[in-house]
Amino acid sequence: MLGLTITQWLFGILSFLAIMFALMVVFTRNPVNSVLYLVLTFFCIAGHYILLNAQFLAVVHIVVYAGAIMVLFLFIIMLMNLNPDAEPRKHIVTRIIAGVIGGVLLFVMVGALKGAEQLQIVQGGPSQIGLVKNLGKVLFSEFLFPFEIASILLLAALVGAIMIGKRDTNTNDKDIINQ
Amino acid sequence: MSTASSPLDYLPILLMFIVALGFVVTTMVASHWLGPKRKTKIKLDSFECGIESEGNARMPFAIKYFLVAIIFVLFDIEVIFMYPWAVNFKELGMFGVIEVFTFIILLLVGFYYMLSKKALKWEE
Repeated sequence: MLGLTITQWLFGILSFLAIMFALMVVFTRNPVNSVLYLVLTFFCIAGHYILLNAQFLAVVHIVVYAGAIMVLFLFIIMLMNLNPDAEPRKHIVTRIIAGVIGGVLLFVMVGALKGAEQLQIVQGGPSQIGLVKNLGKVLFSEFLFPFEIASILLLAALVGAIMIGKRDTNTNDKDIINQ
Repeated sequence: MSTASSPLDYLPILLMFIVALGFVVTTMVASHWLGPKRKTKIKLDSFECGIESEGNARMPFAIKYFLVAIIFVLFDIEVIFMYPWAVNFKELGMFGVIEVFTFIILLLVGFYYMLSKKALKWEE
C-alpha cells in the first residue's frame, strides 16, 4: 500500500487523529467536551509512545493522564460557576494579553524544536530504552537524585493541596466560641 | 526470554480496541435504527433517582471531592514508580530497597500530615 509499512500507516493515522482531537479541544464551546477530546488526544499520544516502543510511558500516560489528571480537570471545571450569566466579560485588554502570552508560548515551542535538529536519530530497529526493565535500570542508578526529588515534589503538592483545600476546623471552633 | 520487543507486538491490543469500539458503535446504531421511538416530554426529562430535578447542572460543588481526587493522583504516581523497581527488584538488591524506601518514607510524611489534618474526613 503506497510503499508504506504498517508502522508508518499507524503513525499517520495516529498523528491525524491526535491533531484533529487537539483542534477539537480548542474549538469546542463546551469545556466538558473539551476535556473529553483531550482524553482522546492523550490516547493517540499513548499510541505514539507504543510506536516508539516506550510501553511504560504509554501505560502511565493512559493511567495517570487520561485517567486521573483528566478527572481533576473535570473537577476543576465543575468547581467553577459556568452559568452563562456568571461568565466574566472578556475585556479587549484581556484578549490582547492572552494573545501575547499564547504567541510567546508558540515562540518558545518553535525555539525548543530548533534544538531538536542536533539530536542524532538512532536507526536500525526500535529502541529498547523505553521498556520497563531498561527504564528502571536507568531510573535507579543514573537518575536516582531526580527520582528522590520527585518524592519531595509530590510531598509539597500534597501538603499544598491540603493547606488550600482543607478548612482548619480548630480555628473555626475558636471563632465560634469567641463569638 | 527477554527477546527484543517491537511496537508490532501491540497489534492484538489495537485489534481489541477496534473490536470493542466497533461493538459499542454497532450496538448503539442498531438500537437507534431498530428500536421504536416514542418521545414524550416526561421521557426525555433528565432523571435523577426519581426525584424531580431542580436548578441546573452547572452548580459549583464542594472542594472535598477535588481534595480526595488530588490525593489519589499523588499516591497513584507513587505506585507508578514502583513498577520499574518491581521489574528490577532482584538486580538492584538491597540498594534498590533503600532507594525506594527513602522515596516512600518521604511520601509517608505527607500521608501522616494528611491523616493529622483529617483531610479525608467527611464532616457535615
